[in-house]
Amino acid sequence: MTQLPTSTERKMGLVIDLDTCVGCHACVISCKGWNTENYGAPLSDQDAYGANPSGTFLNRVHSYEVQPAEGHAQLIHFPKSCLHCEDAPCVTVCPTGASYKRVEDGIVLVNESDCIGCGLCAWSCPYGARELDQAEGVMKKCTLCVDRIYNENLPEVDRVPSCVRTCPAGARHFGDLGDPDSDVSKLVADRGGMDLMPEMGTKPVNKYLPPRPKDTVEDQIDILAPLLAPVAEEPKGFLGWLDKTLEKL
Amino acid sequence: MTHQQPILDTSPKVSDEVRKTTCYMCACRCGINVHMKDGKVAYIEGNRDHPVNKGVLCAKGSAGIMQVNAPSRLRAPLKRVGPRGSGEFEEISWDEALELAVSWLKPIREDNPEKLAFFTGRDQSQSFTSFWAQNFGTCNYAAHGGFCSVNMAAGGIYTMGGAFWEFGQPDWDHTKLFMLFGVAEDHDSNPIKIGIGKIKARGARVIGVNPIRSGYNAVADDWVGITPGTDGLFILSMIHVLMKAGKIDLDYLSRYTNAPVLIDASEGATKGLFLRDEDGKPLVIDRVTGELTAFDKPGVRPDLSATYEKDGVTHRPVFHLMAERYLSDEYAPENVADQCGIPAQRIRAIAGELARVAFDEAFELDHEWTDFRGEKHTKMIGRPVAIHSMRGVSAHANGFQTCRALHVLQILLGTVEVPGGFRFKPPYPKPVEAHPKPHCKVTPNSPLDGPHLGFVQGPDDLALKADGSPARIDKAFTWENPMSSHGLMHMVISNAHAGDPYKIDTLFMYMANMSWNSTMNTKGVMEMLTDKDENGDYVIPRIIYSDAYSSEMVAYADLILPDTTYLERHDCISLLDRPICEAEAAADAIRWPVIEPDRDVRGFQSVLIDLANRMGLPGFTNEDGSAKWTDYADYIVNHERKPGIGPLAGFRGENGDKEGRGEVNPDQLNRYIENGGFYVAHIPQGADYYKPWNTAYQDWAVDMGIYDSPQPYLFQLYSEPMRKFQLAAEGHGERQPPDHLRARIKETLDPMPIWYETDQTGNEGFTVNALTQRPMAMYHSWGTQNAWLRQLHGRNPLYVPTKLMREHGLQDGDWAKVTSPHGEITVPVMEMAALNDNTVWTWNAIGKRKGAWALQEDAPEATKGFLLNHLIHELLPAKGDGLRWANSDPITGQAAWFDLKVKLEKAAPPSDAESQPEFAPIKSPVGQGPKDLAWKVGK
Amino acid sequence: MHPAPSVIIFTTLSGLGFGLLVFLGLGFPAVSGWIAFVFFAIAYALAVGGLMASTFHLGHPERAWKAFTQWKTSWLSREGWCAVLALIFMGLYALGLVFLDQKWSLLGLIGALFSLATVFTTSMIYTQLKTIPRWNMNLTPVMFLSFSLAGGALLAGQTSVAIPLLLIAALVQILYWRKGDQAFASSGTDLGTATGLGARGSVRAFEPPHTGTNYLLREFVYVVGRKHAEKLRIISFVLAFVLPVLLLVLPFNHVFALLAVASHLAGVATSRWLFFAQAEHVVGLYYGKR
Ligand SMILES: Nc1nc2c(c(=O)[nH]1)N[C@H]1C(S)=C(S)[C@@H](COP(=O)(O)OP(=O)(O)OC[C@H]3O[C@@H](n4cnc5c(=O)[nH]c(N)nc54)[C@H](O)[C@@H]3O)O[C@H]1N2
Ligand SMILES: Nc1nc2c(c(=O)[nH]1)N[C@H]1C(S)=C(S)[C@@H](COP(=O)(O)OP(=O)(O)OC[C@H]3O[C@@H](n4cnc5c(=O)[nH]c(N)nc54)[C@H](O)[C@@H]3O)O[C@H]1N2
Ligand code: SF4
Ligand code: SF4
Ligand code: SF4
Ligand code: SF4
Ligand code: SF4
Ligand SMILES: [Mo]
Repeated sequence: MTQLPTSTERKMGLVIDLDTCVGCHACVISCKGWNTENYGAPLSDQDAYGANPSGTFLNRVHSYEVQPAEGHAQLIHFPKSCLHCEDAPCVTVCPTGASYKRVEDGIVLVNESDCIGCGLCAWSCPYGARELDQAEGVMKKCTLCVDRIYNENLPEVDRVPSCVRTCPAGARHFGDLGDPDSDVSKLVADRGGMDLMPEMGTKPVNKYLPPRPKDTVEDQIDILAPLLAPVAEEPKGFLGWLDKTLEKL
Repeated sequence: MTHQQPILDTSPKVSDEVRKTTCYMCACRCGINVHMKDGKVAYIEGNRDHPVNKGVLCAKGSAGIMQVNAPSRLRAPLKRVGPRGSGEFEEISWDEALELAVSWLKPIREDNPEKLAFFTGRDQSQSFTSFWAQNFGTCNYAAHGGFCSVNMAAGGIYTMGGAFWEFGQPDWDHTKLFMLFGVAEDHDSNPIKIGIGKIKARGARVIGVNPIRSGYNAVADDWVGITPGTDGLFILSMIHVLMKAGKIDLDYLSRYTNAPVLIDASEGATKGLFLRDEDGKPLVIDRVTGELTAFDKPGVRPDLSATYEKDGVTHRPVFHLMAERYLSDEYAPENVADQCGIPAQRIRAIAGELARVAFDEAFELDHEWTDFRGEKHTKMIGRPVAIHSMRGVSAHANGFQTCRALHVLQILLGTVEVPGGFRFKPPYPKPVEAHPKPHCKVTPNSPLDGPHLGFVQGPDDLALKADGSPARIDKAFTWENPMSSHGLMHMVISNAHAGDPYKIDTLFMYMANMSWNSTMNTKGVMEMLTDKDENGDYVIPRIIYSDAYSSEMVAYADLILPDTTYLERHDCISLLDRPICEAEAAADAIRWPVIEPDRDVRGFQSVLIDLANRMGLPGFTNEDGSAKWTDYADYIVNHERKPGIGPLAGFRGENGDKEGRGEVNPDQLNRYIENGGFYVAHIPQGADYYKPWNTAYQDWAVDMGIYDSPQPYLFQLYSEPMRKFQLAAEGHGERQPPDHLRARIKETLDPMPIWYETDQTGNEGFTVNALTQRPMAMYHSWGTQNAWLRQLHGRNPLYVPTKLMREHGLQDGDWAKVTSPHGEITVPVMEMAALNDNTVWTWNAIGKRKGAWALQEDAPEATKGFLLNHLIHELLPAKGDGLRWANSDPITGQAAWFDLKVKLEKAAPPSDAESQPEFAPIKSPVGQGPKDLAWKVGK
Repeated sequence: MHPAPSVIIFTTLSGLGFGLLVFLGLGFPAVSGWIAFVFFAIAYALAVGGLMASTFHLGHPERAWKAFTQWKTSWLSREGWCAVLALIFMGLYALGLVFLDQKWSLLGLIGALFSLATVFTTSMIYTQLKTIPRWNMNLTPVMFLSFSLAGGALLAGQTSVAIPLLLIAALVQILYWRKGDQAFASSGTDLGTATGLGARGSVRAFEPPHTGTNYLLREFVYVVGRKHAEKLRIISFVLAFVLPVLLLVLPFNHVFALLAVASHLAGVATSRWLFFAQAEHVVGLYYGKR
C-alpha cells in the first residue's frame, strides 16, 4: 500500500513541451470534464457563481516570465499535474494506504474509499499536484486517466489521457518513460527533457521539454545580409535590373 | 507488509451514446462528440474526423456542459415591466410574444420598412437572417463584421479575392516560416494551435509581431514587440528591402497579379484607371509579342516592365508605380525603425529570413495543373512562407491599408495559393466582381431590391439616397466609409438615438451584447438606450432582442425572444455564408438537438420563420399563401437559393449522392447526423493550389455550386475601385463627396498600400497605447456564466510594462487611474515584462455588470473586472470645425478599438475596492446560480 | 502554511500532555490516589484533547482508524500507534497508582518512552517534509521534544528540572527561528528549479492558473508580515519561557505556578501558530508566493 513498489513494470507519464504550449487551458478543462464524470468523486466547485469561486482541478496552467541577462523578456506557459514520481513522498506519508503507486505502470493513485482527507500527501508533494475536494473530503489528483488508457470501451486511438487527446497544440505527449525506445523517451533525449525540482529527490516520471532559444533571427544576419544586397539604389536602376532579369526568365 | 494495491476497473463504461454535433462555444465551429448518460450530456470531446479540429478541443469546447446547464439561461419570453435597464420583466407565452412582435413589425413594413433596424451580432446564420431582412424589406441589416474584422475581410477580398479571417489558412503541412501579425486567439482557434504545433514539431520558425508576448506570441521563436498601429510601416519597409534586393517572385507577379497591368496616365476622369479593351479587360504588354493585349489571352506572358505610349502619354504598368513608391527612402528600415519601435537591423534580418525561406528553401510538388491562359505546368512551386493576421491589424483606423500591405508582401514573395504559403478556403478565392454589391432600395410591403451587403466597385455603388444622404442607419457605404462591406453595427444605436441620418421605430437585435462589451462608449450607449424624448417616450421606441442567456443587453430590451443553447437546436453552417472549409476541402456542418430544451425557449431562426409566416413575408410564402417552412430544420433542407443549391451542400439529390448541386433530399439532416454532423468535399489533387488561376479548381468550384462559371482573376496590387473614389474626391464624376471629406478620401483611398498615422485629434497628453486581448479560455462575455471557465479568468488586471510600472511607482495590486480623451477608469494593475514599453492591456470582456449572468452581485467579474470600452468613443473628439468623425477606418468603417491612447496615474484604491466606474445592479430575470456544484450525470 | 487552529491546538496540547505523562511515567511527582488521578486526568485531557482536535481537519474522521495501517512508512501512522500505546501503558500505570496504590515502574517507563515517541513522531510528520524547508530540519524534533519536556516538567511541578528545561527549550527556540529563517533560501529550491527555467534568466510568476483561490493556496500559502511575526515571536518567547522562569524562581506559590503554566501554554501556542504560519511550502513558488 503506502510502501512504494521497488520497481514498476512501466513508467507511464506525460512529456510537456514548453516550447509549444500556448497556455490555452484546454487540458485543464478537458481534465476537469473527464474526471468529474469518471474515476471517483466528481471534481466539485464551491461558490460556483459567487464572489469566490474555487474548485478542484487536477491540472493547472501557470505562466512565468523569464528575463534573460540580455534581450527581451519571455513568457512561458506551464501546465502542471501530478508527475507520478518514482520516489513519491505523497505515497509514503499516507497513513491509510489510500495513496499508492501502481506496479504495472507506475501511476500514483488515491483509493478514495480509504482516504481520510488528512491532507498530508498534499503537504508532501512539492508540485502542488494534489487537491482535497471540498465536497467529498477526499484527496484528488491526476489519475493519468487510468480509466481511459486501458479502456476497451474506447477506440484504441483514444486510449490516451483526456488532456493529451484534447491539447490543440500537441504540446502534451503520453507514453512509457521507462522504455528508452518509446517515442516519449526519444523526445526527452532529443530535446533535453528536464525534471522539476530535482533536488527534492522525487524522481518525477513526467518530463518537461524546455523552450528553444528565442529571438535569434538577428544572429543570422551574416547569412542573411548577402541575400539583401541591393540590385539597384534607384527606381531607374531597379527597372534596368528588372528588364535584365525578365530576359532570363 | 509488501506493496499492495486495490483492483481497479480500468474499462468502465464511458457513456450510453455519442451524439456528434458542432461546438458553439465560439465561432470556430469544431466537431464535438457529446457523450450521453441517462439522456443527459455527460462529457464533451473533440470529433477526430472533423475537418476543423481533428479531435482536439479547446477549454471552452470542453466546458460546454457547464454552458448548457448554466443558471443564466433564459427560460421563457419576457416582456419588460420596469423601466429600460432595470431588468424587470414578466414571463409571457410565445404566442403573446410573437403577436406583440408582429404588431410592431407589420405596420413598419407596410409604412416604411427602413424603420426596422435588424442587426444580428456574431450570427452564424447570416445567409438566413439576411434573407429574412431582405424579404421584410428593410435596408438596415448587418451582422457584427463592421466592428469586428471587416478590414481583414475587405482588405483580403479587394486585394486577392480572399481573406485571412476564417477564409484562408497557412499551408501548415509545408510551411517553414510562419509570421503572425496581431493575433491573440482568432476565430480559427483550434486550427491555428494545431498548425503552430505542427510547425514547432518540424522545428520551423514562428515570428510573432505583437506588442504583447503572450499565447501564440509567447511560443514564437522571434517576437517583434511593435508599436501599435505601425505594422503598415514595418511591412512596407520589408517590401522596400525585398524589392531593393530583387528578392521578389517576378514570374508569379507577371502571371497572377495586376503588376503588369497598364495604368492610364492621361489627365482627366480616367487617370489612374486600368487601360482596358472593348470587353473591359485590363490590358498588358505581352512579352512574347510586345503587343498590347488583354491580360487573360491564352499564351500571353504579361510584361512587368514594358510601358505603352499613346498620344504622347506613357502609360506604365502597376509594377513601375510600385517600384517608384516602395523603393523610396521613406520606407528604408532606418527611417521607420523609431516609429515602429523595431531596430533597423531587425527589420532587415526578418526581411532577409523571409527571402531566404521563400527562395532558398523553395520546393516543388509534382502536381500537374493548367492555368487560365491554357498553359500546362508539371509542377507546383512551393514557397514555404506563410503569414496570418487578424485584429491587431484590423482594429486600427489604418487597418485596411495595412492589411493590403501585408497581402502585397505575401504576393511579392509569391507565397499566396502556393505550397507552403497562404491558401484560401472555399468558397474563396472569389474576385470582388463575383460578390454582390450593396442594395438599399426600400419599398413598403416589398422585399429589398437585393442583398444588403456587398463590395462596392466605385462611387456608383454607394448606398446613398437620391439627396445624397445615407440610405442606411449605420451610414455604411457612404463617403465616410465607402468600402464598409460588413456594415457598421457599432454605429446603429448612436445613429438611431441621434436620428442621424433618420429615426427608426424598432431595433431588433440578436446575440450581441450591445449595452456592454461589444459597444464603444458603454455608459453612453446605456444612456442612449434609456433616453426619453420630450413626450416621455423612449428615443429608440422599441427594442426586440434575442439572447440565450441573462446578458447585460437583456435588461435594455422591451421584448426578449429567448433562444436555445447550442445543443438544443438546429443550425446550419453553410457554404452560403461562413462555412467550415479547409484549404483542401469544402465543408459544411449542422447542429441538431442532441438534447431537448427543458425551458420554454425556441431556436431564434425558427422564431424568425414563425414571424415571417405570421407576416406572410414573400420569400417565406408559397403562391397559395401557405408557409414554405415550419421551422429552421425545414428551411435548411428545403430552401433553394438557386435551383439545386441550398444551405447544405452535402448529401443532396433524391438519393443523397450529390454534392454541391442537387435536388432537395428530405433525409439530408439525418445523413449529416450519421456522418458526424458535417460534410466534406475534397478538392482533387492538381486543383489544390493556385486556385484563382487553376482551371481544374475553377471547374470543381462550378460543379460544387460555388460559382456559376469559372472566375479566374488577377491579384489586385493596385486597387481600381479605390482609385475611383479618389477620382471622385478629385472632382470627377457625378457622385461627389462632401467637401470636408475630400482630402481624407484622396489621402487614404490610395490604390496602392500606404501607411498613415491614425487620427490623433484630442490625443495630446495621452501617449500610452491601450489594448485588449481575447483570453483563449473565454468567449467574450458569455464565458463568465460558465462555472469552470470563470475560475480561470474571474477578473482582469491592467497589465503594465515594467518601465511604466517604475515610472509611476506602481506595484502589483496597486490601482491606477486610466484616462482617455473620452473617459476614465480606475483599475488594479499588474506588471508584465514581456510587453511593449509603451503599451498597457487587459483581457477583453471579463468585466461584468452586477446582476447579469445569474452571478452574485459581488462576483469578482463585477467588482474587480472592468472594460476598456468605457475609454473608447464611437466618435473621435471634435475637430477644429466642430465635426466629430467616427472612430473607424475611413475606408471600411471598421471600429478602431485599438487606436486607444491613454494616460496612467497611480490612484488610491477606491473606497469599496471596486473597479470604477461602477453601475447599479440590474435585476436578474433568472435569479442566481446555486452555491456549490458537484456535477456528475452517470452514477 | 495555513495556521489551522486544529493542528495548533493538537500539537500544543498533546505536546504538553505527553510531556506531563513522561514525567508521571518516570514517577515525578511521586503521586498516588486522587492526586495521581488529577495529574493523569490533566495529562489525558491534554493528550487526548489534542488528538481529537487533530481529527477535526480530516475530510473523513470516521475512517480515522485506517490511519493505523501504514506504520511501516507513515509518520502519521506511527504517531497514531505511539499515542495509543502510550495512552494504554500509561493508563495501566495510572490504574495502579490511582486505584491500587501500586507503582508498576516498568509500565511507567514504557509509557514515558511511548509518550516521548509520540511527541517525536508528531514532530517527524513535519520534519520529514522536504517541501517545507523550515520544518525539514533536525531542530524541529529537538524543538518539539524540548518544548514537550519543559512543559511537562512545568505541569508536573518539577521546578528544579523545569527551569533548566525551559532554558534549553528557549535556546532551541531561538536556534530554530534563526536557522528556520534561512532554511528556504538555503534549501536550493527556487522558482528556477521549480520550473527548470532558472538557467535562462530570472524567473517571475506571471499569471496564476486561476484568478480565484484554490485548495493549495488556502492550505499552503499564508503570508505573515515580518514586523507582525517579530512581535509575535517576542510575545511567544516571553510567555513561553521568560515569564514562567521568572515565576518559578520566585518563592513557590500556587498562583504563580498556575500563571507559569498558563503563560507557557499561551507562549507555546503562539510559537506553534508561527511554526505553521511562517512555514513556506515550496508550492508557493509556483504561485509567485511563499
Ligand atoms: N477564446 C476566444 N476566441 C475568440 C474570441 C473570444 O472572445 N475568445 N472572439 C472571436 C472574435 S469575435 C474575434 S474578432 C477573434 C479575434 O481574434 P484576435 O484577432 O486574436 O483578436 P484579439 O484577441 O483582439 O487580439 C488582437 C491582438 O492584436 C494585438 N495588437 C493590437 N494592436 C496591434 C498592432 O498595432 N499591431 C500588432 N502587430 N498587433 C496588435 C493585440 O496585442 C492582440 O494580441 O477571436 C475570435 N475567437
Ligand atoms: N474593448 C474591446 N471591445 C470589443 C472588442 C475588443 O477587442 N476590445 N472586440 C469586439 C469584437 S471583434 C466583437 S466580435 C464583439 C463581441 O461582442 P458580442 O458580440 O456582444 O459578444 P458576446 O459577449 O459573446 O455576446 C453576444 C451575446 O450573445 C448571446 N448568446 C450566446 N449564445 C447565444 C445563442 O445561442 N443564441 C442567442 N440568441 N444569443 C446567444 C450572449 O449571451 C451575449 O449576450 O466585441 C467587440 N468589443
Ligand atoms: S492544452 Fe496544450 S497548449 Fe493548451 S495549455 Fe494545455 S498543454 Fe498548453
Ligand atoms: S507529483 Fe506530487 S502527487 Fe504526484 S507523485 Fe509526485 S509527489 Fe506525488
Ligand atoms: S489525504 Fe488521503 S491520500 Fe492523502 S495522505 Fe491523507 S489519507 Fe492518504
Ligand atoms: S492525465 Fe488525465 S487526470 Fe491527469 S492531467 Fe491529464 S486529463 Fe487530468
Ligand atoms: S475553438 Fe473551442 S469553443 Fe470554438 S468551436 Fe472549437 S472547441 Fe468550440
Ligand atoms: Mo469579433
